[in-house]
Parts: sequence; structure tokens; C-alpha cells
Amino acid sequence: MCSLGVFPAPVTAAQTLFERNNELLSALHPGEHSQACDLPSPQFTRDTLKGHSRPESSSRSVFLDQRDTLWMRSAGAWRDAGLYGLLDEITNSAEEVPRFLAVGSACVLALLRWASSFHGSLFPHLTLSSDEMVAEFSQMLDWSDSALRSFAWHPHTDKFAVALLDDSIKIYKSNSSPTPTLKHRCQRSVCALQWKPLCGSALAVACQSCLLIWHVDPASLSTRPSSGCAQVLSHPGHSPITSIAWSPTGSLLVSASPVDTSMMVWDVAAESAVPLQRVGGGGVTYLSWSPDGSRLLAATPSALFRVWETRMWTCERWPCLKGSCQSACWSPDGGCLLLSMQGERVIYALTFSDLTGGPKAASVVADLSETTFPGPDGDLTVGGEVCSLSWDPRGERLAVLLKGDSQADNHPSVIAVFKTRSSPVFELLPCGFVMGEAGAEPRFMQFHPHFQHGALLTVCWSDGRISHVPFYFSSAGLLGGDSPQQALASNTTNPSSNKLYTEQIS
Amino acid sequence: MFSLKQNCWFIRKVVIWRAVASIAWSVLLLPVTSAVFVLLSRFSLFHPIQWISECTSLLTASSTIFSLVVLCGVVLITGLFNLEFYTLVPSIPCSRMALLGTVLHPRQCVHSLVYCTMGMLVMWCASVTIGGRYSTLGIPCKQSESGEVVTCLNEYHLFLLLAGAFMGYSHSFLGVVKNMYYVSFQPIQQYKYPRFKGCLPMVVKCSVIQSLYSARNFAALYFFFGKIFINLCITLQLYSSLQPLDSLTGLLDFSLLYHLSISGTFLYFTWYLTVLLFRIYVTEAYSFPVQSTFTEDAEQCLPKVLAETNTLVMKFLALQDLALLSQHSLSRRLEVFSLSQPGGHPHNWNAISRECMSLLSELTQRLLAHQDAVASNGRVKSQSASIDTRSASSSSSVVSGTEDVSETPRLSVPLRTPGSVFTSSVGGMHSALTAPFTPDVDSPFSSPAIRRLVGQQEPRSPWFGTVQSPHIMRRGPKLWSASTESQSNGSPPASPATVPSPPAANQKPSFLAQWLQNRREQVKSFLAKRVLIVYLFNKLPEASSQALFADSQAHIWALQGLSHLVAASFSEDQFGVVQTTLPSILSCLVVLLEAVDRHFKLPHASSKPVRTVCSMGDSTYKTLRFALRAALKTAIYKITTTFGEHLNAVNISTEHRKRLQQFLEFKE
Repeated sequence: MCSLGVFPAPVTAAQTLFERNNELLSALHPGEHSQACDLPSPQFTRDTLKGHSRPESSSRSVFLDQRDTLWMRSAGAWRDAGLYGLLDEITNSAEEVPRFLAVGSACVLALLRWASSFHGSLFPHLTLSSDEMVAEFSQMLDWSDSALRSFAWHPHTDKFAVALLDDSIKIYKSNSSPTPTLKHRCQRSVCALQWKPLCGSALAVACQSCLLIWHVDPASLSTRPSSGCAQVLSHPGHSPITSIAWSPTGSLLVSASPVDTSMMVWDVAAESAVPLQRVGGGGVTYLSWSPDGSRLLAATPSALFRVWETRMWTCERWPCLKGSCQSACWSPDGGCLLLSMQGERVIYALTFSDLTGGPKAASVVADLSETTFPGPDGDLTVGGEVCSLSWDPRGERLAVLLKGDSQADNHPSVIAVFKTRSSPVFELLPCGFVMGEAGAEPRFMQFHPHFQHGALLTVCWSDGRISHVPFYFSSAGLLGGDSPQQALASNTTNPSSNKLYTEQIS
Repeated sequence: MFSLKQNCWFIRKVVIWRAVASIAWSVLLLPVTSAVFVLLSRFSLFHPIQWISECTSLLTASSTIFSLVVLCGVVLITGLFNLEFYTLVPSIPCSRMALLGTVLHPRQCVHSLVYCTMGMLVMWCASVTIGGRYSTLGIPCKQSESGEVVTCLNEYHLFLLLAGAFMGYSHSFLGVVKNMYYVSFQPIQQYKYPRFKGCLPMVVKCSVIQSLYSARNFAALYFFFGKIFINLCITLQLYSSLQPLDSLTGLLDFSLLYHLSISGTFLYFTWYLTVLLFRIYVTEAYSFPVQSTFTEDAEQCLPKVLAETNTLVMKFLALQDLALLSQHSLSRRLEVFSLSQPGGHPHNWNAISRECMSLLSELTQRLLAHQDAVASNGRVKSQSASIDTRSASSSSSVVSGTEDVSETPRLSVPLRTPGSVFTSSVGGMHSALTAPFTPDVDSPFSSPAIRRLVGQQEPRSPWFGTVQSPHIMRRGPKLWSASTESQSNGSPPASPATVPSPPAANQKPSFLAQWLQNRREQVKSFLAKRVLIVYLFNKLPEASSQALFADSQAHIWALQGLSHLVAASFSEDQFGVVQTTLPSILSCLVVLLEAVDRHFKLPHASSKPVRTVCSMGDSTYKTLRFALRAALKTAIYKITTTFGEHLNAVNISTEHRKRLQQFLEFKE
């Protein structure tokens, strides 16, 4: 088991640039310059982005004439806030309505509140407002405060999408082509983004009220694709959506909401959904599809997660001891699942194999409790709960975003990077900490899906910057080599020699 | 009626048993639903103990047992109807007239009649179960003046019975309009029980909503026509001491409406449950062996089954199985790639790939034919030539009658694509609906039934239906000939028979015929100006597009299966059997992509259908064209990302290579 104590001490003064020769180098080192990757690294500040600061319900009192008739107000309340609003309105205007109606609605309201508080005591997350819920279950650390809301690399090309505080999405490409900005009426509080695999254009966006599928034509030069390019998928009771996952073949999309006990399996083109309901857990917060497409992890807000197999869509229940599952990632071959729990400072591993019929218990592979490193300008404490996990596509580097303590000033959030090894036993080895510029904390990270020379970690920082940290290494073929495609591609470099079979048969 | 042609082993050994199992489950579930119905119908808030005890005694009473037996009969007949009417390819009427034709079709009338009767039976059981004032049709009553006891009509009972008949008819009617018998396949595989559990809330919701709608409509109907009906049909005297039901106060009886909607929900739920179970059972995946060691089982193997054209359900399930095995089963993929033992030929792969590609190229040809027919502004290109001559001749009041006769065979010939797999489908089992073109203005009786009766496909062309121009004259000839045929012959089966054979068309029409033709033209042009006629015959937007892709689920599976097999062959195909077919597969896909792209540029092709709110009818077919386009692109991407630069070594034409390069660069 690896712990943070064996890590090399973080360099706090300067930004980490890249890894070379098993060493993370920072901007301090003379003669080393950030090189090679011509990927755009934009910066967004909170000041330039105007979010819609005020929820709709509060603006109502400013604009709506309070002297409307009761009917108008009731209709408005019904439209805005549903049954609750209607009952509230009737109760509040007791002098205008018959007495029995006011008393009756007050009783019903009290009963409803009691019932929902009971329900909320079973599942505490249901008492959160929709924005709070998104912030709670988002993979972005400190979601509500951040200028960047979500980030996603395209699985096949050098293209990424960033969701911003003002509910717009920008798409950046490696060359200096125009960056389209996507805006839509329904695009509020974006919690997750994911590009469709095996497709050049489709981007799924998890919004507060619905699921949007943008079709951004890569050949188009337009910077503002119309909202006609977006498909709106919604299902009653299925919002806010906090996590989405495309199947690796690109045929299905799964979406999850913490308030809905069923997750939706969408056939996006046909706009039809199959709900898969399991009541226990009270909702689904996080989804992760294994890269080989055979399994799907679904985390719930309670101390429980499920692993679905995607052939017949049955699931295994995994009760946890303490908290809910916060983040997870799959190994590239889909055989190993790493998980982190809320309230625990360890990483668990589950190993799936078709022979033994699945694991019996999770094993602890890394200990992330607080460790103090002495530095030139005071001690630096590192460690804490895991916010998100990311494993590079070759299966050689594992990045872990550790939550800091916002009260203590020498305990920032950091990214710890592990080397991973799968044979003879699965093992995590220390690699180093990825540090930002002074004062910047990491918020989100994702590995580039197909970096040629090793791995490339893209980090979103708290100052609104997006930076790329390459890890240069030659693949040892421990985990990455088992993609048969690569193995075959490497020994058939000459395409014409690929013709093993000649035209004699037909 | 149940003319199941059982010569296919699959129907005999699989489909029948699946249907039997689904019916058996619906019968087994009947006591449960009946118990729930009894509990709800006798519900009283203030006497819970009495309510429970009453219900338990009622559940064991002999009348309830008898009702259950009757209901079992109803469920059995519903199940048989499901088996008889179900279709994997929906029939899409292209105009309101075609829809009307389907609704008024004799087979549909029989269906409605049976459902009316079944509705009355169920409602009779319901009213007996509810008891009280609903229990009997006739009740003894005293006549006011003489004091003698006579039998009077119990209007409450009658009300429920008529409601049952009404609901039965509306079920049958909506079954046609909303394609209730269309069975669609789910995008994911699930076991039967979880799927049933997942669908159950939807079925309950649908039946409640449908029952409320029907109750409202029936109450309105009864309010206006109830008394007239009773006076016409029933000689019994009304039970006078009660409020008459065709008055507002009589109808606004909460208990009556409650019982009506509860019984209606029960009625719909029984039927919907049967439909749901049937759908679940029929669409369950079936695993065909890829190859067999015994020659007598050879016809049950995947390559043979895929080539089968007569049994649509078997073909669909085989394609589904192909898509599944290509994604999930390594061992079965290896069987596909294997060589035959003596000889070393890749028979399995050759047969499978040939079948998939012929399916896809058939779709390509169908799309191209449609595009050739429809000019980009939605007008008819090839017809306009003949139309122009006609309008010119009609302006000089000399009408040549021959054209009208001759144009049908002439235009329909190029349409009969040889690769069309579904044209001669289904030995009477269900719809032989290939044809995107059958649901047409000129063939209002294009339901599967008629084709079975006639035993012939109508070689009608698509472009009569596709006219969208305001120039009514262009539409005129065809719609008139359709309606005259059905009117003059009286019997719809005769209408396809009037499709003349080419030699007949060449004969010179007699003077009388010409005169008739003249008259017809005049009436036709007169009718073409009427609003109602225009409304009825006007083309429904995007219907032709939906109809073109009606059976595209098969193509989607073929695409998935083919692309995953080709991608898997990169590492699993030891003998390189896939490589010989790779160029043709790629060009087949690219040609289809071009055809699909061009189709989506047609008007109405890319407009999204309105989302239907909670209905038992499946509307998946409305979006199949989008699903096909997405599946096609994904399939090409799957192959290009797997093969990458190796595709440059594949021998394909330059244009196709350019298109594939776009895919390699992810610019599609």
C-alpha cells in the first residue's frame, strides 16, 4: 500500500511543467521550457463571466405585481413552484379565500412538509436545492465558486469542451480554428460534459433540467451554433442531472440524477429512454463506464454503489462502510476499478475478472491521510478526501485530486500522481505532486485520451486557467499493452503486409 | 381468421411458444388484478373492516369465479389477436384517407366488433363484481298507477355495458391509429422479469389516463345520444325512480364516474398487460447457432436464417443476435471467422456479410429511388412529364384516357428492387410491409390483411403519395381512381386487381370507356377543389420519410453487426477472411451514407416528430431514420478508428477514400 509519506516533497514555488526521466520538473529548473504540446490553454476569470446570479424565484418578487388577483397569483405559483407554491400562496392570502380553503391548504402543506422531511431524513441529499445538489455531487471541486464548471476531452481528436460559469460552453481545438460558443435556453448549471465516442461532433451536456446533445459540425466555421443544433432530452422527475456516461461504442448514453432512483439509458438518436430503477440508495450521483464497455459503475448518495454489467443489465450491490462513493475510475482494460469514498482517505480497488466471477471485497491500495512536508516557506500539509480520480488511457499514471482544508492556509488541494503497475500484483507507486502557480489550486483534471508520448494531464485551476502537464515515458506494456489493437498495429507497420489472406477464396 | 402458416420451424418452435407463455402469464396475473379491482371498487373510507371482510367474501364467491373464467376467455382472445396482428414493421398511412381506409377495412371492423364484445363482457364482469345498483340489467319495479311488479331497465348497468363497448371500440381504433400492434425492440437487453417490472408503472399510468379519456368521451356521448339509443333498441321500461342518466345531474354522480373510470382502468389494464407481455416475450433475444455439426440443423444456423425472407420475426431476431454476438461473444465471433473443415472456405462469414450488405444496398436503392422520384422541392419529377401532357390536353378539353391507365405499371416497374428482402415476407403471419411505398394515397387499403387476402403486393409507386405541391391537378388522377375503385367495386379486395397488366394497358380503350374517363376527369377536377377532399388526401408531412425507414431496425442491427465484426477481425480474424470483403463493405457503407445524407436534405425528412405523451402505442418507428443515420456513422467510425492508416491499403475508389478520410480525421 502506498501512502503520501513516500512521495517526493512538492515544489510549492512554481508550476509543474512535465515529467521526464521519472521526475516531475517545475518551472524553477533552468533550461527546461514547456514544450511540444501546442494545445490551447485558455484562462477564464470570474469577472469576465457573468453568471445568472439570482435564482428565478427571488426575481419574482421584484417584478411581479403583488396586487394581482388571487387567480393570477395562484396560477403563477402553480407554474413556478408547483403544488407547494400553490398551497403556499393560498395559505398566505387567507383573507381573500374562504376560511376552510385556507385552513385546508395549510394542513395539506404541513402534511406535505412533514412527509418530505421524513423522506429527507432517510435521504438527506433530497433537502438540498438543485444547485447545491449539483455542487455536492459534481466532480469539479468547489463547483459553485469556480469559473470553470466542467471540462471534457474529445476521445479521438485534440479538441476539448469547457463549460463556464455563465452557462456557456466553449470548444477549443489544437489548431487556431475558431472556438465555437454553445448557448442554449435550457443550458443551466452544467455539471458534466462528455463527447460521444466514435463520433466527431456530438457532445452531451448534463444540465439542471435536462440533457442536451449538441451536434457541433467540426467543419463549420461558425462561432455560435444555433440552438437548433442541440437535442433536448428530458424525462419527468429526472433532474438535476449530475452525471452522464456514453457507452464506449457510442450507441447508448446513461444519465443519472440524485433525486431519481432510476438511471436513464438513452437511445439518443431515437430520443427514447429505458429507465433502470433500483430504489435503494435514493438516487444515482456518479456514473462511469468501463473502457471495454462491459461494466458500468453507478454511485448513490447513500453508502452504496452498484456495478452493472451491460449485457443483460443486472447489477451487483456494493454496500460501503462509511460514506457514499465520491469518485471512481476504471483501468483501461476494464478489469480493475478504483474508488474513493466520502469521509475516507483511502483508495479502494476492485478487481473484476470473468474467471472468478467478480471480487468479494474491495482492497485498500493507497492511504491518503494528511502528511506534512517541510518547505522553505513553512510546512505544507497534503492529503485528505479524494475529490476525483483519473487514470490515463495507457494505465500507467493515476492522478488523484485531494481536497484541502480551506480554513488552514498551508493545506491546499493538490493533485497526487501515482505510477501504476498491474503485475505481479496491482500496485501504486509514488510519482509526485502536480502544483500550479502560486495561489492556484486544482479544481478538476482529466487525462488526454490519446497522447502519443506517454500521458497528458489537463488541469483546471482555481484561477480559471487550464493547463496541460505531459508525462513523458515509454510504455512498459504493463496495462496498456493488452489492447490488442496496439499490439497488432505495432508489428504491422507496413500496411500492405497486413494482407494475410489473398483473394483466392472468392 | 387465424391463418397461421406454420411451415417455418421458427414460428412453430419459438414464436408460438412465446405467445403461449405470454398468454399464460396474463391469465395468471388476472386474479391479482381482479383482486385489486375488487378492493378499489368496493372502497369505503369510513368502514375499513367491513370493506375488507366484504371483499374477501366476494373474492371467494362463485360469481367472481365465473367472472374470472369469462375474463380468462377475454384475455385468451386478446392474446390470440396479438399473435395474429402483431407486426415488426409498422404500417404508416401517408394521408388521412389511407388512415380512414385502414380503419374501415373489413378485417379491422371484425377486430373492432370483437373488441366491443369483449369490452362489454369485461364490463359485465365488472358491474357484477361492483354489485349494488349495477348488478343486473333488469330490476323489478312497481308501476306507479297499477302497483304490479314488472321488469324495468337498470340504466346504470346499461351505462357500464355501453361504456365497455365504447372502450373496446376506442381501443381497437387507437390500435390502428397509434400502431398498437407494432412491436419494437429495446436498445438494451434485459431479462424478462426486470423489464416487466420496469414497464408496469407505465402500463398502469397509460391505462388510467386512457380510461379517464374514454370515460369523459363516453359520458359526453351518452349525454347526447343515450336516450335515443335506449328508445331505439330496448323495449324495457326505464326504472323510473332513478335520476335519468342522460341528464347533467344524473351524469355528475361521483360514485358512477368513479366506478366507470375504475372499471375502465381495469379493462384497459387487462388488455395492455397482455400486449406488454406479448411484446416482452416476442422481442426476447434468441441465440442462433453459428454453425452446426449436423446437417439437419443447418437451416437453423445463423447464415441460413439471415438469408430467410419469409419469416420477418426470425430475420429480425437473427439480425439482433448477430449484433449481440459481434459485441459480446468472442467464441461465437471466432466461429464466424472460421473456415469450413474440408475445403477451407469462410462460408459463415461470406453468407453473413453478403446478407448484411444486400440488406443495406437494398435500403440504398430504395432511398435512391425515392430521391429520383421526389425533386428537391417536393414535387414529382417523373410524373410531371405525364402530368404536363395531361394538363395541356385537358385545357384543350381533349382528354386522353390512356395515360391514367398506363402510368401505374410503367412507374412501378423500377421500384421493384430485386434485393428487396421483405417483399415476399411472412407467410400470412403478419404484415408483409416492406414497402415504404405501400402506405400511399392511392392504396388506402394497404393494410397487411388486404395483401394477404389478395396474395399479391400492390406494385404502387411512391410518388403519387409524395406530392406536396398546391397544384391539385397533379394529385387528382390518382386519388380519384382509388376512390372510384373502392366505390364502384364495393369490395376492397378487388382494388388491387384493377391494377392493369402492361399488355392490358396497351389496348385501345373503347368509346364508352373514354366517355367514362371523361366524366371521371371532370368529377375529379371538381372534387380536387373541395376542402374536405383536399384535407383527406393531403399528404401527411414526413410520413413518406417514416415509411421509407419503417423497417430500419433490421438495417441498424446489420450495421452494428457488420461494423463490430469487421473491427473485431482486426485482432481476431486468424485467416484474414474479412479482408477480401472489406472493400465492398466500406463502399457499401459509404454509398448508403451518401444516400442517407441526401435523403435528409429533403423537406420534412429532418423534422423531429412530436413526442407522444404516455401511450401504449409505440412511436419508436418515427425516429428510426435518425437512429439509422447515427448507427451508420458510428459503424463507419468503428471501422475507421480500428483500422486507422491501414485503410489506405484497402482497394476502394477515390471518392470513397476521400469520404473515409473525413472519418479518419473525425470531421463528420
